[in-house]
Amino acid sequence: MAVTVVFLGKLADFAGEGERELPAPLDWQGLLGALGPDLAATASGERTKVAVNGAVLADKSALAAGDGDEVALLPPVSGG
Amino acid sequence: MAITVKLLETPFNPGQFVGPFTNAHPGLGGVCTFVGEVRGEEDVEALELLHYERMTLPGIEALAQQAAERFDLMGLLVVHRTGVMRPGEPIVLVSACAKHRRGAIDAVDFCMDHLKSDSWFWKRELRGGQWSWIEPRAEDHSDLARWGD
Repeated sequence: MAVTVVFLGKLADFAGEGERELPAPLDWQGLLGALGPDLAATASGERTKVAVNGAVLADKSALAAGDGDEVALLPPVSGG
Repeated sequence: MAITVKLLETPFNPGQFVGPFTNAHPGLGGVCTFVGEVRGEEDVEALELLHYERMTLPGIEALAQQAAERFDLMGLLVVHRTGVMRPGEPIVLVSACAKHRRGAIDAVDFCMDHLKSDSWFWKRELRGGQWSWIEPRAEDHSDLARWGD
């Protein structure tokens, strides 16, 4: 019974891994608690977006992930 | 209307894509092509572009669809690299064909602005043996704001 949390861009460096399994169900407070203070501070920042199964949440504090869901933490993009 | 979007992990030759793309649209009035390459700067040894498989390709496909409708295109081709690249290697190719030149030119400009600052890519550079993340630039966001979407 797990949620996969994916760290993108520099968040993967901060996390020391590309992804992590957390117990389901997972809400926003649960996620922040599991990430530890530094990563939680970055995740909470206005510029970090959160997606569940590929869809960006309009309000990340409304996160409600269940078993098998994939939660992605997306820092600001810098492409091309 | 044909839309082709590809993410490639290995170096590519833009000409190999543009020739067949143009030939596939007889009757076009204009084709506009942009190729972005890794800039040769003194101490940049390599650049790495990371993406998120689940969102990056669908995001570019949606962008291409939007551009095709907005600029009334006959065809649109987007090829984007991921992974580690060296200076001089192509990163991105956008080619648009339309009945009239304006649509083709604007579509390429529109796609490039959105690929730069509104697509799921994260870039880092290797200088002096150290990787560092590239932050978004303010110009990227003002470029994007021109399109009012």
